Amino acid sequence: MADASVGLGGVLHAYARLVGARIRSDWQYRTSFVLHTLSQAVVTALDLAVVLVIFDRVTALGGWSVGEVLVLYGFATASFGLADMFVSQVETVPEHILAGTFDRFLLRPLPIVLQLSAAEFALRRIGRVVPGVATLAVGLTAADVSWHLGSVLLAVVTLASGIAVFGSVFVLTCTVSFWIVGSREVANAFTYGGSFAQQYPLHIFHEWVRGIIGWLLPMAFAGYVGTIHLVGAANPLDLPRWLAFAAPLPVGVFALLASRAWARSVRNYQSTGS
Amino acid sequence: MTAAIVCRDLRKTFVVRQRVGRVRRRRVEVRAVDGVSFEVRPGEMVGYLGPNGAGKSTTIKMLTGILTPSGGEVRTVGLEPVRQRTTLARRIGVVFGQRTQLWWDLPLGDSFELLHHVYRTEPARHRRNLDELVERLDMGEFLATPVRQLSLGQRMRGELAASLLHDPEVVVLDEPTIGLDVVSKLAVREFLVGHNREHGTTVLLTTHDLDDVERLCPRMMIIDHGRVIYDGGVAAFKSEHGVERTVVVDLVDPGPPLEVPGARVTKVEGPRQWLVFDRRETSAAEVVRAVTSTVAIRDLSIEEPEIEALVRRVYLDQRDDV
Repeated sequence: MADASVGLGGVLHAYARLVGARIRSDWQYRTSFVLHTLSQAVVTALDLAVVLVIFDRVTALGGWSVGEVLVLYGFATASFGLADMFVSQVETVPEHILAGTFDRFLLRPLPIVLQLSAAEFALRRIGRVVPGVATLAVGLTAADVSWHLGSVLLAVVTLASGIAVFGSVFVLTCTVSFWIVGSREVANAFTYGGSFAQQYPLHIFHEWVRGIIGWLLPMAFAGYVGTIHLVGAANPLDLPRWLAFAAPLPVGVFALLASRAWARSVRNYQSTGS
Repeated sequence: MTAAIVCRDLRKTFVVRQRVGRVRRRRVEVRAVDGVSFEVRPGEMVGYLGPNGAGKSTTIKMLTGILTPSGGEVRTVGLEPVRQRTTLARRIGVVFGQRTQLWWDLPLGDSFELLHHVYRTEPARHRRNLDELVERLDMGEFLATPVRQLSLGQRMRGELAASLLHDPEVVVLDEPTIGLDVVSKLAVREFLVGHNREHGTTVLLTTHDLDDVERLCPRMMIIDHGRVIYDGGVAAFKSEHGVERTVVVDLVDPGPPLEVPGARVTKVEGPRQWLVFDRRETSAAEVVRAVTSTVAIRDLSIEEPEIEALVRRVYLDQRDDV
């Protein structure tokens, strides 16, 4: 828990310093950094290539044009990439517990998630963010969006909700791996698998898949709902426009749930020592 | 003045699952800390001794906020450690001798700079503390060296500085001299005594090196099987339980076990013989003099008793008292 007497500014300043330290450490192995970043970018671009190959055969996917799918892809990839960059580090908790290095986080006057995020920060993950943001920018420019306060707000809300949803999914799946060593693979099915699916219009999936990776884990708010109303894409599920703006509500609840589960896991560690 | 550390009937039970047969597992409760009570006054230096697995680390983890007690009460600088974790973190310093708190790939000085931001100490105070620590621990020469390239002794000095930079009221040192050479050990001890005298910092030190405790701590507690079996002065301990020491001599010519008043030979290995004596009855000097008056020796050394031997001694004496 954060200390009430400590300003948020101070905490963020310390975080930035810690991230800087990690980047400086990694910079000693810069060849590895460059290769990792490139491979990450290539993998991300390949996902994009798959989308484009599909559109080489069809003119619409679930009633969506290639431009519309690109915007969706951009939202999903950019927000997942940012969550991956700043939050996915929580996945390393089991390793820290096994190595005994988790205790050090409990001895420092900073929130544990923030310390983990900084300690395991990997700048190479930017290799996923850059293609995502670029695609989003290109997609939004190409699409016929009438830019006004409402649409700007919608784009911002969608991106922010996406980061929050994917970040929360990382935290939530990590709390499972607190207890079950080696469950990371299962967790990955939800984090990476779930985000991959968000690159396609949600309504093309079977109902129960939609239920799990669209609404139960509210990833539909990471791009799908927002894209529909931002670019006016086909809306076979009849999702209202207000729903896109209301995204912070379900996403906030989900994030709260994730943070509760996290706090519980830490308490559990403190009472069992494992 | 309130106590720096208070433990009352502190307990920690771990549940361990043991395999019984192929699939079945049995839950076994392990009482790592089993009703520990003590109080440490501000400015005290206390040694916390015990064999491996006695419950030392578990106690420390409870009073620093890493582990929640299963029972009893613990207060460190008046705070409830787990609940007030971040507030407590600013007021205590912790060194785990076996695990670093420094940034491995960066110059040592960078770690201090980072800790300055993590603890958000005022710049002027940070500067002053850092200058003092660098001078006292003689770290000037290797401040620019990456931590991973430091010798163990240098790194341990860095660890101590890292735990003291934010002016903690209490420092907990878990095996701070483990693996150090004699010179580094002396430097660390000398520094700790000086720091405690000048700043009044409370020090709780776990070790299984009795020598550490003798040089540093007027008071020691011995823990075994999760219970404190001795709490008192180091000098008092010696006069109460006696402490056996051993003189190891290498004779020029191998011979039969030596006959020395006040000492008995417990082991002979070629020219080397182990003579155990009680320090209440004689001294190492007496024993050595008696040996050299009868035979020629090539080399000699004096061994301190292992902590396990002390624990055994306490139990034996307790049984005799009954």
